[in-house]
Amino acid sequence: MEKKAEHNIKAYGSNFTTMTPGPFALKLRTCKIWQLIRFIIINIKMLIVVRKSH
Amino acid sequence: MARLVVLGGGVSGHTAATFAAKWLGSSHEVVVVTPNSKWNWIPSNIWVGVGGMSKEDVTFDLAPVYAKAGITYKQAKAVSINPEGSELSQKPFVSIEYTLAGREGESENVEYDYLINATGPKLNFGATPGLGDAKGLGEFTVSVCTADHAAHANEEFQKTIQKMKNGERQKFLIGTGHGLCTCQGAAFEYIFNIEHELNKAGVRDMADLKWISNESFLGDFGVGGLHMKSMGFAVSSKIFAESLFTERNVDWIIGAHVNKVEKGVVHYELLDGSMGEEEFDFSMLIPPFAGVGLKAYAKDGSDITSTVFAPNGFMKVDANYAAGAYENWKASDWPKTYQNPTYGNMFACGIAFAPPHPISKPMSSPNGTPIGPTPPRTGMPSGIIGKAVAHSICDRILKGEDAPLHEISMAHMGAACVASAGKGIFDGTAAAMTIYPVVPDFEKYPGTGRDVDYTFGEIGLAGHWIKHILHHLFIWKAKLKTGWTMIPE
Ligand SMILES: Cc1cc2nc3c(=O)[nH]c(=O)nc-3n(C[C@H](O)[C@H](O)[C@H](O)COP(=O)(O)OP(=O)(O)OC[C@H]3O[C@@H](n4cnc5c(N)ncnc54)[C@H](O)[C@@H]3O)c2cc1C
Repeated sequence: MEKKAEHNIKAYGSNFTTMTPGPFALKLRTCKIWQLIRFIIINIKMLIVVRKSH
Repeated sequence: MARLVVLGGGVSGHTAATFAAKWLGSSHEVVVVTPNSKWNWIPSNIWVGVGGMSKEDVTFDLAPVYAKAGITYKQAKAVSINPEGSELSQKPFVSIEYTLAGREGESENVEYDYLINATGPKLNFGATPGLGDAKGLGEFTVSVCTADHAAHANEEFQKTIQKMKNGERQKFLIGTGHGLCTCQGAAFEYIFNIEHELNKAGVRDMADLKWISNESFLGDFGVGGLHMKSMGFAVSSKIFAESLFTERNVDWIIGAHVNKVEKGVVHYELLDGSMGEEEFDFSMLIPPFAGVGLKAYAKDGSDITSTVFAPNGFMKVDANYAAGAYENWKASDWPKTYQNPTYGNMFACGIAFAPPHPISKPMSSPNGTPIGPTPPRTGMPSGIIGKAVAHSICDRILKGEDAPLHEISMAHMGAACVASAGKGIFDGTAAAMTIYPVVPDFEKYPGTGRDVDYTFGEIGLAGHWIKHILHHLFIWKAKLKTGWTMIPE
């Protein structure tokens, strides 16, 4: 069984209160089609902030 | 003919000098004084530090670029400023010392009408015993702050991979090497790039990775953290950072002032006053930053360094240095014109200007040791400020000394940051973030201090593509290739 991100949580350790991504969220991070869409969206968001800052 | 002298050919100074040369044309002179022969796209040093890029990929020769731009280039370091001139010279001047091969150590006084100090940081390794000394980086840890440091870091990193392949477990300790460091973002990128490369090398299970930093919470990054719009919530960067560290199985120590480094072990003090030790086989610790140590002298030769520079060596500008305690801090404390308050023809931009105070709430241990990030001035603000300062000076040269100065405050400016978490065209990831404004304005944006409509972040392959494209785009821009002015800072 592949190790899941939540398996790294240590009960009552410093990382006990955090959230961890599930397999679907992790898959999306390197899914080329989804990331192409995100690429466009992130670029637009960044350009808006860049324009606001100049 | 007016002469503008720019000290420092890094992100901020190079931007200022190249725009000034373009706007002033050949009827005025722009001089750049900088000690290195090469320009370095510093953000990509992270990839040099894990073997993903070579030193040559992140640097290029400055001389041909300045020749093309009509900029007088002096490969030298500035030593002191005489803003009133001297008994022998009516005009203000900078004393420089050549680093150019064949002229090393030769001195010269360079007169100016306007001066920009963009000398960036002194990498103050000497502040922590064992991290280094006045000469630079020590022998126990590595650094990625310069391209040479990063190339050396990679050599050491590759050795650890070999050891793990031979069955020897390795401990990695990455973070900040002093209680008053900034630039946590660079260390953050490095630890996750290491993690990514260890996975690729098939030795991740042989490595223990630990983060150590002076932040009071994970995800502070020297900007007091940030709340990002995500899934309909305003989510703290602490949640995102802790999530990523947990997912990649990286442990952390925070609120730490590293007070001594020895072979294979760091000693630290925590915000609660307790002391600890951490062993390592490989460690990259960012040093604290200070000003580069320029001196200033009045016409009669008396030392006026403390008039021109703050105690940390950064140049005083139009900031409010008397804000006092955290409770009194205001967004309006941050400078807008970057003009020196004593000498109106002197400006500072990028890391070289003295900030009014940190951005993160200052904290100290019960023993009185200050532990907390000093304020970052990342690439985008450094470039924007450099350009705005160049604009102000060009207006004064071309339109007259009363031309209004251009204003740009880090409390009204956003920044786009892309923090690499692993390099790879199809398996790389990076956290792409925008933050608006960089310095929180709690009066304008109660609660988080920032506009959550313009502050966002997400991690993924798209972020890596952006980081990679930016690498080529900014080197293109810095080389003044076709369309360079169209590429934003
Ligand atoms: C490893 C690392 C990764 C980073 N990653 C990012 C990132 O991903 N995104 C981001 O936005 N920012 C990043 N930063 C921060 C970014 O590099 C800085 O914000 C930026 O370089 C600051 O620009 P500057 O011109 O003020 O200083 P610098 O770029 O450091 O330039 C200063 C220049 O002054 C010269 N100089 C020094 N002393 C003298 C002297 N006495 N006389 C004349 N010249 C002198 C230096 O040689 C240098 O050329 C990173 C920093 C590091 C260390």
